[in-house]
Amino acid sequence: MSNAATQKRAFSAVLWDYLTTVDHKKVGILYLMGGGFFFLLGGLEALIIRIQLIKPENDFITAGLYNEMITMHGTTMIFLAATPLLFGLMNYIMPLQIGARDVAFPFLNALGFWLFFSGGILLNCSWFLGGAPDAGWTAYAPLSIQSPGHGTDFYVMGLQLSGAGTLMSGINFLVTIVAMRAPGMTYMRMPLFTWTTFVTSVLTLFAFPALTVGLFLLMFDRMFGSAFFDVALGGNSVIWQHLFWIFGHPEVYILILPVFGVFSEVLPTFSKKRLFGYSAMVFATFLIAFLGFMVWAHHMFTVGLGPVANSIFAVATMAIAVPTGIKIFNWLFTMWGGSIVINSAMLWALAFIPSFTIGGMTGVMLGSNVADYQYHDSYFVVAHFHYVIVGGVVFGLFAACHYWWPKMFGRILHEGMGKLAFWTFFIGFHLTFFIQHFLGLMGMPRRYWVFLENQGLDTGNLISTIGAFFMTIGTIVFLINIVYTAVKGEKAPADPWDARTLEWTIPSPPPFYNFKQMPLVRGLDPLWIEKTEGNGKMTPAEPLDEIHMPNGSILPLIMTAGFFIASFGFIYQTDHKAWLIALYAGMAIAIGCMVIRSLKDDLGFHISKEELEREAD
Amino acid sequence: MSHDHSLNPKTMPEDPSKATMEGKHKFLGLWFFLGGETVLFACFFGTYLALRNSTAGGPTSQDLFGLDLVFLMTVLLLTSSLTSVYAIYHMKNNDFKKMMLWLGITALLGIGFLACEIYEFAHYIHDYGFTFRSSAFGSAFYTLVGFHGGHVIFGLSWLITLMVRNAKRGLNLYNAPKFNTFALYWHFIDVVWVFIFTVVYLMGMVS
Ligand code: HEM
Ligand SMILES: [Cu+2]
Repeated sequence: MSNAATQKRAFSAVLWDYLTTVDHKKVGILYLMGGGFFFLLGGLEALIIRIQLIKPENDFITAGLYNEMITMHGTTMIFLAATPLLFGLMNYIMPLQIGARDVAFPFLNALGFWLFFSGGILLNCSWFLGGAPDAGWTAYAPLSIQSPGHGTDFYVMGLQLSGAGTLMSGINFLVTIVAMRAPGMTYMRMPLFTWTTFVTSVLTLFAFPALTVGLFLLMFDRMFGSAFFDVALGGNSVIWQHLFWIFGHPEVYILILPVFGVFSEVLPTFSKKRLFGYSAMVFATFLIAFLGFMVWAHHMFTVGLGPVANSIFAVATMAIAVPTGIKIFNWLFTMWGGSIVINSAMLWALAFIPSFTIGGMTGVMLGSNVADYQYHDSYFVVAHFHYVIVGGVVFGLFAACHYWWPKMFGRILHEGMGKLAFWTFFIGFHLTFFIQHFLGLMGMPRRYWVFLENQGLDTGNLISTIGAFFMTIGTIVFLINIVYTAVKGEKAPADPWDARTLEWTIPSPPPFYNFKQMPLVRGLDPLWIEKTEGNGKMTPAEPLDEIHMPNGSILPLIMTAGFFIASFGFIYQTDHKAWLIALYAGMAIAIGCMVIRSLKDDLGFHISKEELEREAD
Repeated sequence: MSHDHSLNPKTMPEDPSKATMEGKHKFLGLWFFLGGETVLFACFFGTYLALRNSTAGGPTSQDLFGLDLVFLMTVLLLTSSLTSVYAIYHMKNNDFKKMMLWLGITALLGIGFLACEIYEFAHYIHDYGFTFRSSAFGSAFYTLVGFHGGHVIFGLSWLITLMVRNAKRGLNLYNAPKFNTFALYWHFIDVVWVFIFTVVYLMGMVS
């Protein structure tokens, strides 16, 4: 009995710890859990879409539900699964890679997570409250203006919340990288994953506000009767498309750049060679980010911006293939002549290169504005972006999980199951999406509920759905692997992969202050330098001294709860003015928390030298 | 190691707002944040420029805008930026009283600006029936200028909270960065207003 009681207390203590944590590693894990949850949800939605399309004129789900399904699938995968999973990784790994003890603003970091998570929950509440949004993940006006019910309102408020969270994390990472690098860690010695975190954060900073503005306009039109997209009062619905894609195209690079970083860590480690063309890789990352802001109208070729605008955007789009090509070749050259270890992480990385390259090639095809009139809104586009997003981002996430799992959780994921998951998922992925190129070219439009018999689309769709089941199996095997590893997995040493960067110099999992003493960085791949030229250990850059750490706080959670309640107020005040009470009460809670935060001094605490000495190395 | 961060003129660092890590981080973080805010306002400006002639038969910008009031508002806000510079100057000289005085003046000027803006909006609504819902132009105008006004309100609340909280404490290394970041934010609001003055009002009067 007493045993059960202590266990219970231990559980509530852990829960409280996570609810109030500001530790970047715990926030990172929260992001991974939240993002993982939404990834499964989005995957389920995808499976339902594919089941509906398994045969002609199927009626597995209704047309209305189908629209909700595709909208929620896209929205969930982009905003609530891929982005947060990547932000979780960046949160956990980046400070370790630069030798920092936390991010620059730990409190904001926690707040960012809770905002993202509550936004996701809010969005999904719509399922139970009269129907999910159904205007596509792009929510084009006027469709999104006319969409009845509250579905689109949940879309607006949910994305507004989670977007604010993402923006905060972006700023946080930027300041961390600029101001908190360990002694000797100059910019051009930063690991590529840190570089891509930096550039991704820049993209986040400059792209998300455009979405914020778009969402505000949509919100005002739907909830407060303004006329931005109301043509009768002079509005213009193309404005939404511009704002959405000024955000939207950089967003796809927010997704892909971090996994470029992941592969640039995984490939050198398992090829036992330094990254080929480090500075070219950094440069290419910047170039991609820069060009990424210049190409948004390639999503709008058929809107009618005119031949000059279309051509300019077409050229800019194709130009992105150059820095991307630089990266592909550098990865290949990294492996060239290396002593390659093929394990699960490496398998995902190897599979990524050809898969992503196919996606990039179809991207250049789509970027040809003339041809795009044929491809646009067909399954060809669906195939393209899944090749880059699944073949790129999802493969990268799997590789990152296998690579950093030992660091994060102290145990190595099971190799056999890892390989099984890889092969089922990899085969399933190509089965599902390769055929979609041809379905699209044969005229199958995207976002249609049914297709007709005997138009040459039957077999292709069947194959595609079978592939989706393969990917589901792969994901389930991966989940089983996680559980198995948690219970029985092999314990990980500090440096299980014989790796090169700073995160592998500290125990797995790291102590909460990360580095007992700041390491002295002597060059690129600091750990590798010490292994080959030193004694295999980092030289400390400072004497052992007390460490200053931030305090945990429950305020981020309460503040978020305030915004969450207020969102319901915003959504339902159009039905009944009494809901304004929820709006004001929620805002009062949120603002109250901000005031408390600014009035109360929070000086953090110190870990004493004695305590640090007591901890065994 | 002692954790007494309070300042006295003898031990005072060159710039107390950037003497600590936290202070530096805050300042840098706000700079980045302002980068994002710039995009935010750029998008509002873009929307406004696209819709400023979409009056749907309602009042146009030439009907509405008068330079007198807007000029007064510009003077108020620009001056408040200047007074906040004085405040920070006194902060660096460790003269807490003078800093608070100039911050107080900054707050008053900001409140004056807001009062004018509220009067302006009320005037448009009552005398011209020009509202947020009248036309796409109306929506775009009130959203752009209103978002700026919202930033002023936020800035004022920030400033007043800071002043009240620290009234009895004097300057120290913990709160100096807070005053400094506020001042940076306040300058940004000012710069945005200069663009509103030009793009919305001046261009609205001529075209
Ligand atoms: C060489 C690089 C790339 C090029 C040239 C390219 C080009 C394009 C073009 C022209 C479209 C519009 C097609 C249409 O709607 O008719 C498109 C759509 C899309 N791309 Fe890419 N792309 C590239 C890389 C990426 C990457 C890296 C991602 C994500 C990680 C991505 C995600 C998407 C998505 C999500 C859409 C569909 C948006 C929608 O309509 O819902 N693309 N791409
Ligand atoms: Cu794009």
